[in-house]
Amino acid sequence: MSTTSYAALSTRQAVGLVAGREINSRVRSKSFLISTAILVIFVAASIIISNLLSSSGATATSVASVGDAASSLEGAPAIDLTTVDTVDEAEQLVLDGDVSAAVVPIDNAAPGTPAVEVIALDETPVALVQALSIAPEVRLLQEAPVDSGLAFLISFAFGIVFFTAAITFGSTIAQSVVEEKQTRIVEILLTAVPARALLAGKVVGNSALALGQIVLIAVTAALSLMLTGQDVLLSDLGPAAIWFVVFFAVGFVLLAAMFAASASLVSRMEDTGTVLQPVMWLVMLPYFLIIFFNDNELILTIMSYVPFSSPVGMPTRIFLEQAQWWEPLLSLVVLGASAVLIVGIGARIYENSLLRMGGRVRLTEALKS
Amino acid sequence: MLEIKNVSKHYGDRRVLDEVSFTVGGGRLTGFVGGNGAGKTTTMRIILGVLGADGGEVLLHGSTLDREGRRRFGYMPEERGLYPKMKVHEQLVYLARLRGMRAGVAAEKADELIDRLELTERGDEPIEKLSLGNQQRAQIAAALVHDPEVLVLDEPFSGLDPMAVETVLGVLSERAARGVPVLFSSHQLDVVERLCDDIVVIADGRIRAAGTRDALRESNAGSQWELQVADDAAWVRELPELTVHEFDGGYVLFEADETVAQSVLQHAAKRGAVQRFAPRRPTLTEIFREVVK
Repeated sequence: MSTTSYAALSTRQAVGLVAGREINSRVRSKSFLISTAILVIFVAASIIISNLLSSSGATATSVASVGDAASSLEGAPAIDLTTVDTVDEAEQLVLDGDVSAAVVPIDNAAPGTPAVEVIALDETPVALVQALSIAPEVRLLQEAPVDSGLAFLISFAFGIVFFTAAITFGSTIAQSVVEEKQTRIVEILLTAVPARALLAGKVVGNSALALGQIVLIAVTAALSLMLTGQDVLLSDLGPAAIWFVVFFAVGFVLLAAMFAASASLVSRMEDTGTVLQPVMWLVMLPYFLIIFFNDNELILTIMSYVPFSSPVGMPTRIFLEQAQWWEPLLSLVVLGASAVLIVGIGARIYENSLLRMGGRVRLTEALKS
Repeated sequence: MLEIKNVSKHYGDRRVLDEVSFTVGGGRLTGFVGGNGAGKTTTMRIILGVLGADGGEVLLHGSTLDREGRRRFGYMPEERGLYPKMKVHEQLVYLARLRGMRAGVAAEKADELIDRLELTERGDEPIEKLSLGNQQRAQIAAALVHDPEVLVLDEPFSGLDPMAVETVLGVLSERAARGVPVLFSSHQLDVVERLCDDIVVIADGRIRAAGTRDALRESNAGSQWELQVADDAAWVRELPELTVHEFDGGYVLFEADETVAQSVLQHAAKRGAVQRFAPRRPTLTEIFREVVK
């Protein structure tokens, strides 16, 4: 009997092997690769397309002018000037739709206003009128708050990315647990490695995958913002995005343990839906909260400390510049401590339910013994 | 040597194992037979440590088994299962590595077993694409790939065609020949009888018989005798103090004590050529039927 081919397997090695298998089997599946590609394309496309749409509104207004009526507009941005000879000609161009407005000279201008008239088809050309008006000096006493539309968009983005990644990888981990129970390979696995190593491997493997996807999305978003020249937004978003990744990493470990423990209560794929429902709600909750209350500072503050919602709440507050520098650190400690606690409880449930086949194991049973 | 000592197990009020004790000798194939629900699978799961016993212990070479010791066990559970989407070879390597085998060695062992179990063409296919018989072979490979020091197999032959049974038998005998204690359960009593060195019979959670196959047959032989003579053997039926069970031309099967049987033999020898005379040993099926009654 050759014993030299064996080496004692440390827990770390066992966890590494299990995690490696989880990652391998996932990365090789076509559906995973395709869905990741779609996600990346979606993120890039939504940033680039929304940029194109919003800047298309700012294309130059074509203006016809008679004589030097519009000389004050010479060289003004977003105005495309055409000079014609008569007022009639200018009107005709407006009627034909060749230009969107015309500036013609008048004699009886009101005092204090320029001696010109603006001709347009059926709508006041606001940009042009503004360009012709004299604006007073403006002095702002406070920095402008973040645009509320943008705030909604960013918080929504954090919410949906967290939600989709948590659901996708949480379900993967649940499936992997039930697959092992359903095929009974778990009996063989447990003669080789302890249940806790098995669980740790699954959590580590799937968390790494989830985090990898989040980082990929963050990089895609950053590149797309740079590509479309929105560096300003990127530098505002940067710190919030980095915190989001950090919070996600810890928060997902917590969720992964819950997904695994819940799934271990059943022995068949068909039964996973019901046992996963409570965790699913916990994942969906921050998503809905952020949609409805992204402008409510109190609720956002609470969200940013509650372990399940802090991965969405805290980065949003950082983006809105509502959070003090120490707040993300404190919230991270709270999240980390809850993760340790929940992983501990989850491991116990997992260990106790893994070999109970057949019907659904009751939670109270899984927790004792 | 693997020793099972006074192992008991209850599920609620129901006692499924009652002071079960037997040994599996090194280098011996031990057959574990019993009806459905007799306690075979429970016993095996307790041996492997996937189920806790309420009492008793399992010893290997005289010392209590821990997880590290059990890592060197090869186990084939009653309910089959491997990862459906994982390739056969990859899966075997993974399982071997989980037991502490180095990657390179694991890959070699996997190749070796795949060839030996005639799965060469299937090594790179996912389990779910294999026929049931081939899945079963892969399952056996999974129990053997890490060169286990003890083998515990729950119904390794079920679902195999006769050719595959021979292949698997060959592999198991090789392992036993290397000194590995092999315990396997089976419903196919003819296979157990042909193959096993030792037999353990369990019924209702109690060990009803255990020992070498020959000793078991000897001790359950009762007092039946077979006689085959060249001429007609009808005269045996006229003799006193015996009961004839079967009679066909020159063959007769009768029940009698040793002295009466010997006198029958002497009679026969005087009458003509005796082709065969021997105490009749019961088949395993008969012993089984007898001991579980």
